[in-house]
Amino acid sequence: MIKLIIDKKTVEVEKGTTILQAAKNIGIHIPTLCYMNLGDLNIENKPGGCRVCVVEVDGRRNLAPACATDCAEGMVVHTHSIRVLNARKTVVQLILSDHPFDCLICAKSGNCELQDLAHKLGIREIPYQGEQSTYREDTSPAIIRDVDKCIMCRRCEVMCNEVQTVGVLSAINRGFQSVVAPAFEMNLDHSVCTYCGQCVNVCPTGALTEVDHTNQLINDLADPGKTVIVQTAPAVRAALGEEFGMEPGTLVTGKMAAALRELGFDYVFDTDFAADLTIMEEGTELLDRLSKHLNGDTNVHLPILTSCCPAWVKFFEHQFPEMKDIPSTARSPQQMFGAIAKTYFADKINVDRKKLVVVSIMPCVAKKYECSRDEFKVDGNPDVDYSISTRELANLIKQANIDFLGLEDADFDNPMGESTGASVIFGTTGGVIEAAVRTAYEVHTQKELPKVDFEELRGMEGIRSATIDFDGLPISIGIAHGLGNARKLLEDIKAGKSQYHAIEIMACPGGCIGGGGQPYIHGDTSILKARQKAIYQEDAQKTIRKSHENKYVQKLYEEFLGKPMSEKAHHLLHTHYFDRKKEVFID
Amino acid sequence: MSSIKVKLKEKDIAKIQEICKSFDNKPGDLINVLHKVQGEFGYLPAEVQEVVAENLNVSLAKIYGVVTFYSFFTMIPKGKHPVSICTGTACYVRGAEKVLEEFKKELGIKVGESTPDGKFSLTCLRCVGACGLAPVVQVGEKTYGRIAPDDVKNILAEYEDN
Ligand code: SF4
Ligand code: SF4
Ligand code: SF4
Ligand code: FES
Repeated sequence: MIKLIIDKKTVEVEKGTTILQAAKNIGIHIPTLCYMNLGDLNIENKPGGCRVCVVEVDGRRNLAPACATDCAEGMVVHTHSIRVLNARKTVVQLILSDHPFDCLICAKSGNCELQDLAHKLGIREIPYQGEQSTYREDTSPAIIRDVDKCIMCRRCEVMCNEVQTVGVLSAINRGFQSVVAPAFEMNLDHSVCTYCGQCVNVCPTGALTEVDHTNQLINDLADPGKTVIVQTAPAVRAALGEEFGMEPGTLVTGKMAAALRELGFDYVFDTDFAADLTIMEEGTELLDRLSKHLNGDTNVHLPILTSCCPAWVKFFEHQFPEMKDIPSTARSPQQMFGAIAKTYFADKINVDRKKLVVVSIMPCVAKKYECSRDEFKVDGNPDVDYSISTRELANLIKQANIDFLGLEDADFDNPMGESTGASVIFGTTGGVIEAAVRTAYEVHTQKELPKVDFEELRGMEGIRSATIDFDGLPISIGIAHGLGNARKLLEDIKAGKSQYHAIEIMACPGGCIGGGGQPYIHGDTSILKARQKAIYQEDAQKTIRKSHENKYVQKLYEEFLGKPMSEKAHHLLHTHYFDRKKEVFID
Repeated sequence: MSSIKVKLKEKDIAKIQEICKSFDNKPGDLINVLHKVQGEFGYLPAEVQEVVAENLNVSLAKIYGVVTFYSFFTMIPKGKHPVSICTGTACYVRGAEKVLEEFKKELGIKVGESTPDGKFSLTCLRCVGACGLAPVVQVGEKTYGRIAPDDVKNILAEYEDN
């Protein structure tokens, strides 16, 4: 152990602890900018580049960056001497001298760490006049890169390269010219980007943001010629409240439904309904492949991989196209919802699909891209017209002057608002496969599950595995969240080393609760755990907790689809994948 | 979406693979590999970086980052007649910058670029040890001394026909 003094307080820490951490241990929060530590996920970025965290160490000539300086025995540290405060100010002023003054109209305003610092440090003038770098804006179906606002903290690089192992973003050029960009400075939509949005989540400024669809939504809601319906993903209800000052982990399902109705949607539905439908299709596919496999059919491949995460889908299309026949062909809940809404439901209410606007509220930015994919359109008309993130919804509720906290709980509409506990847990890592197991077990064994909860599938570990006893038949299950972890499982499959029958993969750390469209957590990963807890809590509260027991899903099959994997179901609820290895183009 | 224009010949790809292999395909040797590859091809076009990326298992963005960070890597092929202007101290003091400006104007390109017809490329050199002749310009193997901006047109004219 090492003893040192920070701001006149004695503190004892282990060798290798940084000054930043040691200070935090005794409640002193040194401001940082480039530094990022997502504790529970084991993700750290400390390039020591921005110098916002400088402190004075007795006996040292230069100020030291607290995030990148280890404590030493007997050190005497001052975190707010005049010298430190002046230096910090200067550092921020220098950053601002090459930063556009867009705060009032910036998408990150109110959530920007640079703005926050300028505010906290009381910056009132910028005495340095420098050349302002200008780069073109890069707009893709899901993410906007406005590199003028990049401060080169390189957090996004860590996310994209080390955590997600996608490798789209890298620092390029040197000195004043340096920015973070895709290879050859091509646009994101020409790159291998998965649109997971994890870079957006960690970018401290407005350099990376999601494509905003709220204005389009406002216009559609105001159009009397259109019927506008909405679906909300499971993870949204576990996080939306944070935007209104509620404790992380507060469920706001009822308030959310009420707010959506106030906003003027004609029908307020639930993606959870479609998640139950997904389980019917995916679970049936799993059992089908499994029984063929057990009967010695060498044409079927196992493990079956889940396919409800569009970032994950784009990832394997680019990186492992040779394995594109292993993932389930089931569409994601968002897309199943859209396909049913624009056929079954449109017929029911007698509205032409072109006059029916299907909006989704998602914790995700990749969903914006997913609904724009051509295979999810009929004659150019998309099944899901566009997708709004949790953050955008919160903003819209504020714009509309709705007193969110004061709203009475409301229910979803029917027929596409009914859901089970199984569908709620789609929002967290491990949830999709648990939901699938609940249904597949009962269908396969024809017996009722003795216990609905599968604790062994839950948790936050990046890669997990468990064996579930299907009444004598051991089913081996793998779970990965974060694309870097997914890559490890895929490499194993490729090498023929995988023993799993089924694997669930989610692109975002934590699953959709940690999605790229969720309220910013600013490095506090305990928020993800709180959201996860909320999800399991909602599941436990439900009377019906298995997808195949959803009455409205059963009715949908009776009235319209026939049975799971029927021809109609195939047409509307399944999809196919593309080899995108060669689609990245240079020029 | 269109696909990558694979301009590389099989033997070029094999050459790059061989170079990567000579460094055991180690990502840590990226800079050395790029050096060697550039030695072979004269420059590092996107397609070449692609092959290196695949072999070393490094992302294309990272490689592009390295190529744009170090000034000795270039993505542009040298012109048939590479023009180099010494900007060492002696040459600089005697007006190399004005000469450089004149070349830029005449050729319509910046330092590190080539003319669209591939005829000329423009680079700056550190002292070439011919300070007595400052400012010094080299075109290919040929060295020109005591150059003034007015001479630039005449020098380029020498290469008009080939
Ligand atoms: S969205 Fe995901 S894959 Fe795309 S650049 Fe960001 S982190 Fe990388
Ligand atoms: S884009 Fe954002 S996260 Fe990436 S380096 Fe720039 S400021 Fe940092
Ligand atoms: S894990 Fe969820 S939030 Fe993240 S990209 Fe996939 S679907 Fe979207
Ligand atoms: S936060 Fe420590 S150097 Fe940027």
